[in-house]
Order: sequence, then C-alpha cells, then structure tokens
Amino acid sequence: MYRYSDFDAAFVAQRNAQFRSQVERRIDGSLTEDEFRPLRLMNGLYLQLHAYMLRVAVPYGTLSAAQMRQLAHIADRWDKGYGHFTTRQNIQFNWPKLTDVPDILDALAEVQMHAIQTSGNTIRNVTADHFAGAAADEIEDPRPTAELIRQWSTDHPEFQFLPRKFKIGITGSPNDRAVIKSHDIGLRIVRGGSGKIGYEVVVGGGLGRTPMIGQVIRPFLKKEDLLPYLEAIVSVYNLMGRRDNKYKARIKITVFENGMEAFRDAVEERFKVTRTEFSGIDQAVLRDIEAQFAAPAFRTAPTTAYETARDTDPVFRSWTDTNLADHRAPGHAIVTVSLKAHGATPGDATSAQMRLLADLADRYGHGELRISHEQNVILPHVHKSDLPALHAALKGEGLATANVGLISDIIACPGMDYCALATARSIPVAQEIATHFKAIGLEEEIGALKIKISGCINACGHHHVGHIGILGLDRAGVENYQITLGGDATENARIGERAGPGFAYDQVVPAIERLLRAYLSLRVDPAESFAVAFQRLGAEPFKAALYPAEAARDAA
Amino acid sequence: MAEIWENFLYWKRKFTTDESAMARSYTPKVVTANALVEGDVIYLTADDRWSRRHEEAELIEDEAHAQLRLLHAQSQKGLIVGAYLADAKAGPDGPEPTHFREAFRTRGPSNYAHGKQETGNV
Repeated sequence: MYRYSDFDAAFVAQRNAQFRSQVERRIDGSLTEDEFRPLRLMNGLYLQLHAYMLRVAVPYGTLSAAQMRQLAHIADRWDKGYGHFTTRQNIQFNWPKLTDVPDILDALAEVQMHAIQTSGNTIRNVTADHFAGAAADEIEDPRPTAELIRQWSTDHPEFQFLPRKFKIGITGSPNDRAVIKSHDIGLRIVRGGSGKIGYEVVVGGGLGRTPMIGQVIRPFLKKEDLLPYLEAIVSVYNLMGRRDNKYKARIKITVFENGMEAFRDAVEERFKVTRTEFSGIDQAVLRDIEAQFAAPAFRTAPTTAYETARDTDPVFRSWTDTNLADHRAPGHAIVTVSLKAHGATPGDATSAQMRLLADLADRYGHGELRISHEQNVILPHVHKSDLPALHAALKGEGLATANVGLISDIIACPGMDYCALATARSIPVAQEIATHFKAIGLEEEIGALKIKISGCINACGHHHVGHIGILGLDRAGVENYQITLGGDATENARIGERAGPGFAYDQVVPAIERLLRAYLSLRVDPAESFAVAFQRLGAEPFKAALYPAEAARDAA
Repeated sequence: MAEIWENFLYWKRKFTTDESAMARSYTPKVVTANALVEGDVIYLTADDRWSRRHEEAELIEDEAHAQLRLLHAQSQKGLIVGAYLADAKAGPDGPEPTHFREAFRTRGPSNYAHGKQETGNV
C-alpha cells in the first residue's frame, strides 16, 4: 500500500491546522456561514438534515487494517459507533459536532487519511476496481495509476474551481467492476497491439439528472501520456464547460453539446501543449508508487480444509458460492464481506464490525481491506484453507451473510433519512425488499440481481444502471418511487428504461414482487438471470407485471 | 426561448391566481434552521428562543411577520445555520409539519433511533 511521503504528511497537517483555525473563527463569529461553507466543503464537511456529515476519502477503495481500526475509533469517540460506506468507496460519519471535526481530521492524518476534495467542484476521490491487485482477470493493478492521479489532482491549482464536480474511475480488468462508463473520465487498462500496456480513455459518462454512458475518446493512450492527457481533458472542460446552469455543467453535457469530435479535437490540441509540460517526473513518481503496491507473499498450501468444510457445512458452502471471487494466486480467494445483512442499512458498519474486519485482515488477509462501490468490504487476499475460520469469525459480528450479488445486496444512497438533497427515503425501501424476499424464501431462487436505489435524481444510488432501479421522488408532497428496468453497470453499461408511473412508498415491495414472479415464470431455466431474461424478452412482459390493471385494460 | 416563455407563463399564472388567493390565506410557517455546533434541527419560538421541538415553534400566519422573523433568525449567525420558513399547521400540542421532509426533521432518521428520537425530544 502507498505510504505518505514527508510532503504528503506536511500538506495534510497544514490543511488540518488551517481548518482548525477556520472552525474557531466560525464559532467566534469572525466568519459568516457564507464564508465558512466553501471552506468546510473543501474538507468534506456537509450539513445534512439532522447533523453535520464528514465524508472521508478511502483512496481507490483501499484500506489497511490500521486505518480501519482508526475509523472504528473515530466512530466511537466522536460519532455514534458506526460509519457508512458509500457508492464512491468513501466513508461518511453522520453525526460529528462541528467543534470535534478538527480533532477527527487529526486522527485521520495519524493513519494517512483525509477528507480533502471529497466535496466541491474539484477532482474527487479516484475510484477503482475493488478487486484490484487480486482479480484473476486483471491486466495490471489500477491502484498505482489511481494514486498517481490522486497526487496530481490534489490541490491542483487550476482545477479547484471546475464548472462542477469531477469523478474519475479506473479498472485494470476487462470485466468492469468500477462502473467506469458512468464517470466523468473512465480509464481501462488495456494491452495494445504490441502487447504494451496503456489506457483506454472514456469521457462524458455520468448518472444524475441526465444519465449518459461515457464514450471512448482515445482507444489507446500510452502510459507515460496519462497525466498530460488528463490535464488536457480537464483543462478543456474547465474552459468549455458551462457555468451558467449547474444542471448542464458536468462534462457529459460539454461533450454532448459540442459533440465528441469537436471535444476530442480541442483535447488533442491542448494535449500538444500539456505533453511538453511534463518532464517525465510523473513516471519516476509512478515507479516509486508501483513499488509500494507490490503483491504480498502468497503462500502455497493445501486447500483440503476448504474443500472439506464445503462438503460438510451447507451454510459455509452457500457463503462461498456467493461471496468469493477468483483470485490470481493459486489456492487464494477474494472474499466479499456483505454489509447487507437482511434488514440492515446498506453500507453501514459498526465500530465492532470494523475492528473485527481489521483483525481478520491482519490474521488472514495480509492486512488489506477494500471498500466496494457496492457498499461491501473486501478481504482481497485470503488463502482458501483459512476460509472456514474466517467465516466462523465473521458470524460473531453478523458479517457472514451469504447474499453478495443477490436481491438483498442492494446499493442504496442515504436518502431522506440523512441527505439534505433527497426527495424521498431509500434506506427503508432497501431494508424492506431484503427482509421481504428472505421471508418469502425467493432470494436464492431469483439468483443474480442488482437492485439500486436513489433517494433523488442525483442518482448516488446508481439506479439508472441497476437491473432494477428505484428512484424516490416527491410527488405533490408524498414519497413516490419510479422503477427503471434493464440497466447494466458493467463493461456493457446501459441506462435502464423507466417502466411507467411511480409507486407509493408502501406499494414498492409488492410491485417488485410482481415483477420478479413474472421473471420466475418467464425465464428459460434457473441459469437465465433477470438481466439476461430482460434482454431476451424486452420490457413489455415486465411492465405488464408491474401494472396489471393497465395490462388487463389493454388486453380487453 | 421556449423555456423562457414557459417560465413567463408560469409566473404570470402564479401571479394572477396566487395574488387573489394569498390575500385570503397564507400557509402558516415556522422558522427553522440547524444549530451551528451540533447541526441539530431547531425552531424559533415566539419568545425568541431556539427550541429543538417543532411544537414549541412560533406558528406564523402573516407573511410580512414571517419575513421579519426570518430576518431576525438569519441575523443570529453565531448560533444557527441555514434558516428558512417551512410550511406548518396548528395542532393540539402546537405547530405540526405538513410535509414529510419537515416531519422527518422533527424526528431523525428512520433506520436508527438517532437524532431527536435518541435525545427524547420527540
């Protein structure tokens, strides 16, 4: 993992000292809220519905055991004993007092973490494949690139006041687990014709009010050209992007309104200049960073204990069926620990759970943890012979739920339970779907399914790219939920289509049940997932299930 | 252009219909904000305190008075953040929220008994 240089540590310490003084001046009245607000947002501090919220960056979703322990400590000492992992691989504390935040930031700095650029119209935390450095299908670990981008973008003097926020996502695998096509810039590590590694650069993706799938601006970019090319894209956007209308300010609109060709031409023109401005120091930095991401020493050992446990313990077997992914090292597995126990809040972890995960990472996983955009925690490097003991230990804190990739593994934004922007709640909808389908015993039968819920049009819950997306709105003073169908968050990213009129809060679960019972009766066999069946059949039979009265009327 | 025209029509309609309606009735309001240090939801009372309980808020039934009370609230920069007028109605124990967002603000989140549910202020 990356370790802060002296420069990094001094920079964060200085920013924390500045913020401490800014908070003091806000409290003593020297700063008004109008003056203070942009300062607190630069440090990730929001004011939400019931309290402040501190958003802490988990760079490219990677955490050490020591960092996870410190997050637990912060949760206990200054918050309410838990944290919320988000769809951008960050962690949010929902209840800090303004006067405690400087201490929290200092505590974060002790473990080389901060909240800088987790808000504002800047380049935000760079997100990456949560299986990075471990996945069997990986071409190259994307995290060194992500760290390089972080160093380049943090406090970048030209990009502190972009037209709007700016999000970069990166994957090192052909199977995209990082939703890169919904980012302002998406990067995919690819092997070029000569076998040389470079980047496919995607630009102009985004969800929110105007969802768009990113388009390729450069099919192959040489590794050494990355920062000059990113600098070219962001600086062109900085000038071309609209500042007259916040809803048209994201780069997706800039690309859409000017056309990809004109935008690409402008970027290539600018790239001629930026390319000469990078002396190659960035590549020297990248080599240093890469050395810090060297893979741990994987051990060679028999996996008999794992096979035996699978044969004798059906609970363990079912957990390994859903929560493991292929590791690149023989005898190892990537473990996804579900933060979606039925009825729990998606993405929330108590301090006790965080401590257990940190201990288990130390004991079985080379001290490494990852946060996924799907709001789960990953132990990326576990030897299979350790899985039975790991599974048994996870049970102790309610972390052994075998539901990864199933209907209850729902992405949900905080919604109106916390967020000041929300138009409806999302958490209780997720909780009810999870508990209902477990209660009626259909979860396993339904199989692979991604439900994603947002509590407003800004789409933090990625509803557009859910197989089933749910969007909570305020319709004439009442919560109302629109359902979208057929979205896809992978390398074949697709925006789902709206099924029809929205549903009242208490009608959402029955609607989803009608939809899924229709799927069960329509699928060819249990191997045909909802997503595949939807592509084969189109929306009509599913719409008919959602709106039986209309379907009956049309048939009459 | 179409957008501007639609906007114009909207405001024209609003102006001509609301104007006469407004003379008859003004949706009552409370002044609400968040406490500067804790961020907790607070309400301005008739005797110029900030209460954490909605039912203790001053129910304001006159538009001009509402604007004055809001200005008064906004001047208290060292105590509060983000004061605004929220719709409310009279209830048996005092003012009650009319919109679900304001109702959630009187309680706290629905997934844990945190916020005002925890401090016993509901």
